Amino acid sequence: MSNTLFDKVWDSHVIRKINDGPDVLFIDRHLIHEVTSPVAFLGLKSRNNSVLFPNRTFATADHNTPTINQHLPVQDPLSANQLKALEQNAAEYGIVHWGLGHQKNGIVHVVGPENGITLPGATIVCGDSHTSTHGAFGAVAFGIGTSEVEMVLSSQCIMQPKPKKMRINVNGKLGFGVTPKDVALFLISKLSASGATGYFVEYAGDVFKNMSMEGRMTVCNLSIEMGARGGIIAPDEKTFSYVEGRLFTPKGASWDKSMDYWKTLKSDEDAIFDKEINFFAIDIEPMITYGTNPGMGTGISNYIPKAESVEGGVATYRKSLEYMGFNEGDKMIGKKVDFVFLGSCTNGRIEDFRDFASIVKGRKKADNITAWLVPGSHVVEAQIEEEGILDILTEAGFELREPGCSACLAMNDDKVPAGKVAVSTSNRNFEGRQGPGSRTMLASPLVAAATAVTGVLTDPRTLL
Amino acid sequence: MAYDKFEILKSTVVPLPVENVDTDQIIPARFLKATERVGFGDNLFRDWRYNSDNTPKAEFVLNNPIYKGKILVGGKNFGSGSSREHAVWAVYDYGFRCVVSSFFADIFRGNCLNIGVLPVQVSAEFLDKIFEAIKANPDTEIEINLPNQTVTLLESGEQESFDINSYKKENMLNGFDDIDYLTKMKSEIQEFAEARPF
Repeated sequence: MSNTLFDKVWDSHVIRKINDGPDVLFIDRHLIHEVTSPVAFLGLKSRNNSVLFPNRTFATADHNTPTINQHLPVQDPLSANQLKALEQNAAEYGIVHWGLGHQKNGIVHVVGPENGITLPGATIVCGDSHTSTHGAFGAVAFGIGTSEVEMVLSSQCIMQPKPKKMRINVNGKLGFGVTPKDVALFLISKLSASGATGYFVEYAGDVFKNMSMEGRMTVCNLSIEMGARGGIIAPDEKTFSYVEGRLFTPKGASWDKSMDYWKTLKSDEDAIFDKEINFFAIDIEPMITYGTNPGMGTGISNYIPKAESVEGGVATYRKSLEYMGFNEGDKMIGKKVDFVFLGSCTNGRIEDFRDFASIVKGRKKADNITAWLVPGSHVVEAQIEEEGILDILTEAGFELREPGCSACLAMNDDKVPAGKVAVSTSNRNFEGRQGPGSRTMLASPLVAAATAVTGVLTDPRTLL
Repeated sequence: MAYDKFEILKSTVVPLPVENVDTDQIIPARFLKATERVGFGDNLFRDWRYNSDNTPKAEFVLNNPIYKGKILVGGKNFGSGSSREHAVWAVYDYGFRCVVSSFFADIFRGNCLNIGVLPVQVSAEFLDKIFEAIKANPDTEIEINLPNQTVTLLESGEQESFDINSYKKENMLNGFDDIDYLTKMKSEIQEFAEARPF
């Protein structure tokens, strides 16, 4: 029987199939952070359960952490309390914990791959919807709720019905200034914020084959923004050389055995998908969002569509534009911007900082822009310094902050004030996502950089 | 955490005819800092419900006393975005036991079923009928019958059936959750884990 890549990984982790019910799915690796795990540990305790396999869970602090003065005590007592709970729970159950200040600390979806926690053919979950990031390695990875975090802690399993399968093929060569972020925002704009709900998406075709691991992570990360449970890309030599030799990557005979298995991880030629969609790279330009869900995106040189021309309710659409302070028919380029955010699990990796630096090099930050540049981890931070990127940024008038989720969800102090507009490399432009009343336009690091030096929304192709 | 059994729920409803209601609206991230599951209902739809000075926004449905009940009815693609279970805790804690929509985001739906909130997916046409009925009469009652898997507008008698797999249905009817099931599988799981390559 021919199978998709997703079938191969999912099916090999099913311990029991329940008739007219979910599959009992074994989880190889479980990532936890301070926000969605404390109640799970409470549940565990109240049932007198313990952590079944502590070496399969990994903890890092990221969601509510400050991005300056991390060496000082955390000021917000509620955040400090959550960080302490994570530390105590990890210590109590013998779970690896990379707390604030630890050299391996960073955003959960950045440190997973960096440390070989993320592996091809693995099942990976975390109480965070952007767990889909790890699908870039050919893993089945997705976000779960806190009840499920408790399930994984106590039984290393979750119970979920198997999703349907979709394949998205993008062929051809990406144009000048078009990045993986643009590919993802393009796909979401075509499929809508709910177009892949119920599906697990495999990305295939030239564009993903030629993409770096960082780029693949960006694309898979954003799968959830079109409603998909997750995204997956077949592992190849690029994947294997990325994972080799990392902290939690199999070594020696175990590596050889894993490699034999990993090489089988691709969809069979005659595998059937519930849905298959084709796009061409040539149709994609640098993207920008103009509304309050990630599906409300368009090519940066376009105008905001009229309500009648979009699918879905007109009232919801107008409410969204009103929140943004935009009008139907507005030109996007030249829109006034106040904040620029480079970072998050979507675009907080080294390649994103290289892209940003390629534009700001030899230029100056615009006076009207407040810029927050937040590396995804200390490893990324160190690399920024080693590669000389920090010097370029400093020269151009930018400061580098310390790692964390930061302004992506504004749980810490990195909040965009009400009414202000941010061009953000993160993943969500929901109302108030970056702070109460904040207005977000999602874009690539190149667009963010071009905007940061001009002070208005700018097509990066004019500066490259 | 166990929850009360769900069988038949007869209630007036709270209408929220907005599409793509994401979990950041249901509960903004800055209210996710608790280490216990308490008090989330107070911040349900916080920024739609309150001004920045914490005064209620009169026009928002939760601040309108003519709408009340244990059933929340929302527009298409309800619960999209973040996986935060806190969103469902807020819905439950506020007093809702059921959310009706024409389309749910996956993780939100799963989270609902895990803590005892019943997600009821109806057709777009039936959803419109519900919204119209509430508009005409805010005291409109709806019956959610889990054993029969039906949702009924009691005034007109209009009815539609909804899907739920039989495993989750049993759980809801009995107030069970998945951990009750998984803890009985421990030895099978340990055996499986030993054979894993990593």
